[in-house]
Amino acid sequence: MKKATFQFVLRRLLQVVPVVLAIAAFNFLLLRMAPGDAADILAGQMGHATVEFTEQLRREFGLDRPLYQQFFIYMGKLLTLDLGMSHLQQTPVVDLIVDRLPATLILMVSAILLAVIVGICIGIAAARRQGRLADNLISVAALLVYATPAFWLGLMLIVLFSIKLDILPSGGMMQIGAGHEGLAHVLDVTWHLILPATTLGLFYVAIYTRLMRASMLEVYGLDFIVTARAKGLSEGVIAWTHAMRNALLPVVTLAGVQIGHLLGGSVLVETVFGWPGLGRLVFDALLQRDLNLLLGILFISSVVVVIANLVVDLVYGLLDPRIVHR
Amino acid sequence: MSAPVLDVRSLSVEFESTLGTIHAVRDLSFSIGEGETLALVGESGSGKSTAAMALLRLIPNPPGRISSGAVLLAGRDLTALSEADLRGVRGREMAMIFQDPMMALNPVYTIERQIGEVLRLHLGLSKSEILAEVVELLRLVGVPAPEERARQYPHNLSGGMRQRVMIAMALACRPRLLIADEPTTALDVTVQAQVLDLIHGLKEKFGMAVLLITHDLGIVAETANRVVVMYAGRKVEEGTVGEIFADPRHPYTRGLLGAAKWEEADGDLLREIPGTVPSPFEMPSGCSFAPRCAEAIPLCRSAMPELKDVAPGRPVRCFLAEGRGHG
Repeated sequence: MKKATFQFVLRRLLQVVPVVLAIAAFNFLLLRMAPGDAADILAGQMGHATVEFTEQLRREFGLDRPLYQQFFIYMGKLLTLDLGMSHLQQTPVVDLIVDRLPATLILMVSAILLAVIVGICIGIAAARRQGRLADNLISVAALLVYATPAFWLGLMLIVLFSIKLDILPSGGMMQIGAGHEGLAHVLDVTWHLILPATTLGLFYVAIYTRLMRASMLEVYGLDFIVTARAKGLSEGVIAWTHAMRNALLPVVTLAGVQIGHLLGGSVLVETVFGWPGLGRLVFDALLQRDLNLLLGILFISSVVVVIANLVVDLVYGLLDPRIVHR
Repeated sequence: MSAPVLDVRSLSVEFESTLGTIHAVRDLSFSIGEGETLALVGESGSGKSTAAMALLRLIPNPPGRISSGAVLLAGRDLTALSEADLRGVRGREMAMIFQDPMMALNPVYTIERQIGEVLRLHLGLSKSEILAEVVELLRLVGVPAPEERARQYPHNLSGGMRQRVMIAMALACRPRLLIADEPTTALDVTVQAQVLDLIHGLKEKFGMAVLLITHDLGIVAETANRVVVMYAGRKVEEGTVGEIFADPRHPYTRGLLGAAKWEEADGDLLREIPGTVPSPFEMPSGCSFAPRCAEAIPLCRSAMPELKDVAPGRPVRCFLAEGRGHG
């Protein structure tokens, strides 16, 4: 890595700290506005919710203190990367997240890679056949996929590939009890990943297909494409080198922006496919007012999004030499 | 003269549009010999750039197409070649440089990669040979510090340097014909002369033929051997530079020369040809220049004059050309 790039990364990582803290503070205040807390829920679940018992729980969790005290205690702990205890599961939030985060990251990265790569390829194919039947079919298909809700698509894919055809697993992350190791484990997870990653990514495939097509057509109108033709390069080489490299920039930008969006989508998809990621954890934490857990997940999510954006900026610099990281 | 490098015969180019067919180039014929510079001159919309693009079959199809005619490069008809064979001609036997060097180079690739691409494609050079040859080419076109420049991107270079890079790229395979489409229009005046000198010097060195597309008669006087004047898609006059400048026979050529010699105009600072090039959808029925011509007679408005030699190698498309000599 060049020195300038290294300094850029370092500076950006330092900028992450105040951004993430601000997000955490905002989340904290926002969640406190919602009625009910973990003490209410827990006491209710135990079946003998006397006022005294609920108050006792509240004291235990520190929920009885004034809001500003709770806020400073929470933020102070956050600075030492202590995310506190889950009120309901009586386990450190960090442990719960570390358990689940890898599964979500695998799903997200697979979905975004699938979406970007497939979207780019189809977009290029469509642009090269502008106005012809294949282009029109791609446009219609993209629109259909774009309008399809992910949860419905997930269920339909399960019906088709798991139940009717019986060729792909309907849920989970690995075959239970199989105890695969090494490559067999990787293949097993990949196998289980196909349907959820497709469900999560297909919507974005549609977006990137449309964007890449438009971007390619714009680049095709530029003079250097004529230069490339005058050099004697074939249309295929022109499309997949000269045009593609220039047309990628908007797609990469959008993919970066959509990482956060994707995280939201994965909650839904994880629920449909029983994928053991953060999604299910968020869902439970939300229903049970497990504030510390919820805040912890949101905190980690914001870190993931900010880092993803940094990666996108670096990729941008690789694609376009006119962009200099300062 | 020996067999011409380029022989264009009755070339016509059409564009389909929602308003009808546009005849951008009609029945255009000219030839260029080895080591010769032919200037294709005309206003915007005269069809000169379209004609140049058609030579390499770079007209986007649809909507454009070469509707008739032949383009013979060293005796081979390019209009009859397959797309694959044609790619072997482009960049190797016939190369082209463009008006705006800012836009004509790909911003995301290094100079080495963009010039090297031609060398790899047509000459099959290896990676190390390519670098050496790119540096040599850059040196040839007068780019200082060529080793360093080769690794840079277009945005690191000035306009003049970029046009030199374009020339280096065009000359990489020592083509028989170089098409230069307004090569200096986008450049500073001081740089213009340098680039023209460079093209001229390289033409002498390699014995290339050069087709120079321009609207600037000053450039024509300095660099060209012969001139073809185009108006509304048709050739209206042809001759050597000396003949055209000393004895223009077509009123349009005279108008162009008059507009160029502004310093000699008495009274007015600028002399112009009244009116504009007619819209391709509203071509007058007779001579397309008649509506702007001060000398037009009734015949001009009803019939299109044919090209007629007023002297050997001096075709002029005007009913009154023969009577007009040395006027």
